[in-house]
Amino acid sequence: MSDMDRREAVKALALLPFAFSWDLTTPQLERAASVFAAPPAVPYVPKFFTPHEWRTASMLADYIIPRDSRSGSATDAKVPEYMDWLLADKESSENSKIAMRGGLAWLDLQASERFNKTFIRSTDAERRQILDDIAWPKKAKAELSQGVAFFNRFRDLTASGFFSSEMGYRDVKFVGNVALPAWNGCPPEANAKLGVSHDLMKTRVPVQRS
Amino acid sequence: MAKTFDVCIVGSGAGGGMAAYALTKAGANVVLMEAGDVWYGSRNSKMMFPNYASPRRGGSTRLKPFGEFDGCEGGWEIDGEPYTKAPGTSFLWWRARMLGGRTNHWGRISLRFGPDDFRRKTLDGLGDDWPITYDDVAPYYDRIDQLIGIYGSREGIHNEPDGLFQPAPAPRCYELLIKKASDRLNITCIPARRSVITRPLNGRAACHYCGQCGRGCTVKANFSSPDVLIAPALATGKLTLMTNAMVREVTLGPDGLANGVSYIDKKTGADSRVNARVVVLAASALETARILFNSQSSKFPHGLANSSGTVGKYITDTTGAGVSGYVPAMENHAGHNEDGAGGMHVYMPWWLDNKKLDFPRGYHIEVGGGVRQPGAGFMGGIHRYPPGGGYGLKLKQDYRKYYGATIGFEGRGEMIPNDDTYCEIDPNVVDRFGIPVLRFHWKWTDAEINQVKHMQETFRSLIAEMGGQVFDPMPSKEDGYGIAAGGQIIHELGGARMGNDPRTSVVSGNCQAHDVKNLFLADGAPFVSQADKNPTWTILALAWRTSDYITDQMKKRAI
Repeated sequence: MSDMDRREAVKALALLPFAFSWDLTTPQLERAASVFAAPPAVPYVPKFFTPHEWRTASMLADYIIPRDSRSGSATDAKVPEYMDWLLADKESSENSKIAMRGGLAWLDLQASERFNKTFIRSTDAERRQILDDIAWPKKAKAELSQGVAFFNRFRDLTASGFFSSEMGYRDVKFVGNVALPAWNGCPPEANAKLGVSHDLMKTRVPVQRS
Repeated sequence: MAKTFDVCIVGSGAGGGMAAYALTKAGANVVLMEAGDVWYGSRNSKMMFPNYASPRRGGSTRLKPFGEFDGCEGGWEIDGEPYTKAPGTSFLWWRARMLGGRTNHWGRISLRFGPDDFRRKTLDGLGDDWPITYDDVAPYYDRIDQLIGIYGSREGIHNEPDGLFQPAPAPRCYELLIKKASDRLNITCIPARRSVITRPLNGRAACHYCGQCGRGCTVKANFSSPDVLIAPALATGKLTLMTNAMVREVTLGPDGLANGVSYIDKKTGADSRVNARVVVLAASALETARILFNSQSSKFPHGLANSSGTVGKYITDTTGAGVSGYVPAMENHAGHNEDGAGGMHVYMPWWLDNKKLDFPRGYHIEVGGGVRQPGAGFMGGIHRYPPGGGYGLKLKQDYRKYYGATIGFEGRGEMIPNDDTYCEIDPNVVDRFGIPVLRFHWKWTDAEINQVKHMQETFRSLIAEMGGQVFDPMPSKEDGYGIAAGGQIIHELGGARMGNDPRTSVVSGNCQAHDVKNLFLADGAPFVSQADKNPTWTILALAWRTSDYITDQMKKRAI
């Protein structure tokens, strides 16, 4: 168990009513925590990304989806793990592997040309200068088209990984995928928002036939 | 001596499952041959698995083109089972290798062919009439409605016959917006017709509105052949199910009649056979044509039941094209459930008069959009929305704002059979079992291309009428206005069409081979023409009708 996990578990147990009534000492709490807490988190070992690519991809994913008041960041939702799994999978095409590796390398080449550093060693302002140039395809300069294409794909993949996670489901307020006892259409306020009602179904335009 | 069954059915999809149901209920001893494995939605479905339950997040694979949780074992490519295409031909052949075949993979859109659809040549001089009419099939449509269940509404539209419907689910909010736009554009928009039960039926539970019909239904609320037809057929004790049995040819006796089939036992690789008094091919239109071609003998050097030379001809698929866009009014959805009955709740049947248009046949419009379960490919490119891309906190807000604000229309139209579109046996290629494979020739004509152009224009008008913005520009004429490749809509029909004249058709109106009286077809192969209707309901109705005819003929000892 990592130190952080242990501390969290002890804290959580200490908040439970029975912990107080049993009046456990801290070592006792720690022993109890080791039973209740999740197994120690094994650090993820990328199968596709090199260590440098992993750090670059993780940083880029968090530039795309950072943490805010509603939910965590791309790395909080394990988006780099999602990407790595997909790219290492046998279904992954050679083209998509090259596009990812090459795209990350393109990012470093840009940083090298502009700042004489890798992307991750550049400053936040320097990184944003590159991203600002490729994140809006219609506004981007033609000579950066490869970077734009890479960033489109990477952004889509980041969004796929983030919003398809449990965190992402909650973030977009997805409440489906449940068995309902009945279906009465969308709630009245959803219909009202679109300016529609079920009365629309009471009329028909005629089928035109000669 | 090996057992001789009354009937051997090849294929367990809509047609084969229906024939197995009807024939066993009539008392026949039936053997059902299926090239794939056993699969029941009620036991094997991945219904209600959240996408995050898999590291792939529901994404597609080569063998699961519609996503890893899709109910269908099969696809446009199957390992070891190639098909070939003539130079210049663009064609994709979907095969399902599993019990129930493609009934595990479809939108459950269940439309009757109308009276006009059986007599198009009479009406516009193109293609051919069927040797049977709507009135011949109507009683079987009624029986299918009652046995399998369908939701819809009574509309009284001449060429869109009403069925015996259960109540249709209320339209989703964005579907009401579609209805509103359709009204303004004078396009008929009515409740959809799908084989999903909204009331309990024949021991099956009603839909619980999880929106995942494509994965197979664990409570059997939608139609699939294994749960709705094959299970009750097995319960009669009259059905022998043989799975992993890849049928290669129909065998003939010295009397020139079919006496069974040869098949490869996929588990052992052994070449095996079953004996039967009657053979029913329901392997899917093109696979049935392939089996007929491969059943060569001195009596039938060009393939069984092919004295007319029309096996493999008059094949068609539904035309298809789609347009999607985003609708500002749908931004910032409030977090409600839009799953519904797994597919559309409204649709647009063909509403215009072709005599006033530059294409001879119609199409219907299928609708989609709104909030879907997040998964791989989420929102398909945020840069297509008005902000045009971005990153960071603003982008994260944009995803929330635009999620569920898309709308899509898909046209499904009628293709007319043409002489340049057919299949034949490739002289040089066999599959992994050693069975010769099909080679396809495919060509669209202006009849289809102009129709698809009209789809594009209509869908763009609808999205504009909803205040929306279309994602992609109109495809060019050179790109066929975005027409889907042949086979991509997975409605292949024909290849052994019915007719009264044995010189121009393979089977009679009862789907009985002109050349071999104890050989019948019960899939899409006998169809004379497409309609702007999905074919499953008609495949089912014809299979039941053919089964009743077989029962009658066996009783009379005519076969």
